[in-house]
Amino acid sequence: MSSFAQSQDTSLPDARGRFGEFGGRFVPETLMQPVEELERAYFAARNDPAFQAELDRLLKHFAGRPTPLFHAKRLSAHLGGAQIYLKREDLLHTGAHKINNCLGQGLLAARMGKTRLIAETGAGQHGVATATVAALLGMNCTVYMGDEDMARQAPNVFRMKLLGTEVVGVSSGSKTLKDAINEAMRDWVTNVRDSHYLLGSVLGPHPYPLMVREFHRVIGKEARAQILEQAGRLPDALFACVGGGSNSIGLFYDFIQDREVKMVGVEAGGRSLAPGEHAARFAGGRPGVLHGTYTYVLQTDDGLISTTHSISAGLDYPAVGPEHAALYRKGRVEYTHVGDEEALDAARMLARMEGIIPALESSHALAEVIKRAPKMSREQIVVVNISGRGDKDLGIFQSAGIFLK
Amino acid sequence: MPVTFESRIEARFRELSEQHRKGLIIYLTAGDPTLEATAELVAAIDRGGADVIELGVPFSDPLADGPVIQRASERALKAGTTLRKILKALPHWRAAVRAPMVLFTYYNPILQYGLEAFARDAGAAGADGVLAVDLTPEEADDYIAALHGHKLDTVFLASPTSSDERLARVGKASTGFLYQVSRMGVTGERDRLAASLGELIERTRRFTRLPLAVGFGISTPEQVRAVQSLADAAVIGSAVVHAIEEKYPKGGARAVEEFVRWLKAGSEANSA
Repeated sequence: MSSFAQSQDTSLPDARGRFGEFGGRFVPETLMQPVEELERAYFAARNDPAFQAELDRLLKHFAGRPTPLFHAKRLSAHLGGAQIYLKREDLLHTGAHKINNCLGQGLLAARMGKTRLIAETGAGQHGVATATVAALLGMNCTVYMGDEDMARQAPNVFRMKLLGTEVVGVSSGSKTLKDAINEAMRDWVTNVRDSHYLLGSVLGPHPYPLMVREFHRVIGKEARAQILEQAGRLPDALFACVGGGSNSIGLFYDFIQDREVKMVGVEAGGRSLAPGEHAARFAGGRPGVLHGTYTYVLQTDDGLISTTHSISAGLDYPAVGPEHAALYRKGRVEYTHVGDEEALDAARMLARMEGIIPALESSHALAEVIKRAPKMSREQIVVVNISGRGDKDLGIFQSAGIFLK
Repeated sequence: MPVTFESRIEARFRELSEQHRKGLIIYLTAGDPTLEATAELVAAIDRGGADVIELGVPFSDPLADGPVIQRASERALKAGTTLRKILKALPHWRAAVRAPMVLFTYYNPILQYGLEAFARDAGAAGADGVLAVDLTPEEADDYIAALHGHKLDTVFLASPTSSDERLARVGKASTGFLYQVSRMGVTGERDRLAASLGELIERTRRFTRLPLAVGFGISTPEQVRAVQSLADAAVIGSAVVHAIEEKYPKGGARAVEEFVRWLKAGSEANSA
């Protein structure tokens, strides 16, 4: 295939929402009709030029697309190897890639006649993006957030409240993203008639992994055209962090058929790879069912879901999107992990070398680039997704003392 | 998928029907607060008059459950309860109980156990059926084959949101009885029954001849009576778990038996 052809693989998922053996629909019966209705509405919208036109208009004039692809020359020279390009999703309105999906699903919900949005959030980026879209479209909004995450991402809690959203703290389980999803699904199953569950990653029952991927594909489409324009060729490798896996699938997807482009997904290595100390599903997990989908899950031998840890709330989750599980199984994407300290160091390096403060989630991907770029030649090119900005993490940076070093 | 033997659940519903009675199904979370307590509690609930006992398998992420059963799951998990330990204890419980017993679980624990191994061990331990709350017939071919292979009934849920097509599908996949969810939302006690319950049951009956057990939000003898006037059985979950939470620590299993008897009083009013 010519490297200039727009490549895509439209064969997955299948009609049952399966990516190979992964994915599917594992929800209580009460949610089956709503997800079937959502699937029908999504496919109808996707084929409606008016829907796509309105989404494009908002992505451009409200969210600020296209985002730049920036050649980080100082960082590249400092590391002495590959040329590093940053996909600047952090420059989007609300500060992260999450707005791509929220605008798409928000318009879809309005089209379905829903008057209320429900969302979960870890770092708060998806919550803020959902709250923003609810305000834009004149809808009510409730966001569930673990108590621990509310404490460590306090600025985002204030932003959501300012936008008119009800933020509900979740004190069950590990008080993080997993528990927020449980609570959001409980709300949805109670209020399905008027509420849309705006799930924030490529997780959950079909059609969410498909739909959320499609709304984020714009990242990779832009990056592909931009690197061809700026460098005259495709990159050697792509890097992105993987929590649920939305920013990574968005960047990767339109390069999947470009066999010469290597792809690296970076999970949260946390404090160590001991159980409960990390969120590296491909390092410590195995296939199971959580939150409606069959995928790699961190769990006990008895099938109970494990607690996780990451310094970045957005990666602190025990399951990964089912399409990532399929890409891992196929060997198309390499998955690795980066620890808390390395992520902090990477954030500081980007701030000092390029004047960009990345989110701690994105810093995981960057840390892997910092490890690998020096071993590559100066003619090689890598693209890393800076999926969000680090403003929300200032408190964590401060308590880690990294900007004093 | 018809099962070619009469299961203990089918036999129980046949007896109820012959006696012109309606059933009372009692749920408790296994291992709440300990597995030793469950041994006492299932016997007490049986004595109290349960026609079928549902044994909840505690799960770390019970997203279909309200706060009462969430707390029960947390207590049970804290005590180290696992599916494996439940199946190990089940033969002892079985010996002390007349009522058929249905395992009520989330799907992942049985998936990790292995479907065939689970069906074999659950069948050998004396379970009579299984309900996996986050599994619908679409994803259940292997599960159904494994369970039926070990003479276990497969109970699925019907919901107020289920389309006619879906009702036909869950009706076809179920054996023993069909569990009609009375309202949208999670498990938990409610002051009032859903107003449209009669219509709901009537619609589901068009798609199955199985006995219909109605659950979610039923907590008083009056509600039991009202449900039994429409359906074949009423399921009480959170109210019993709540009673276990409050009464068992002081009053022991006897207090829970009295609670079931109190619920059963509503039931007996239908036997005339």
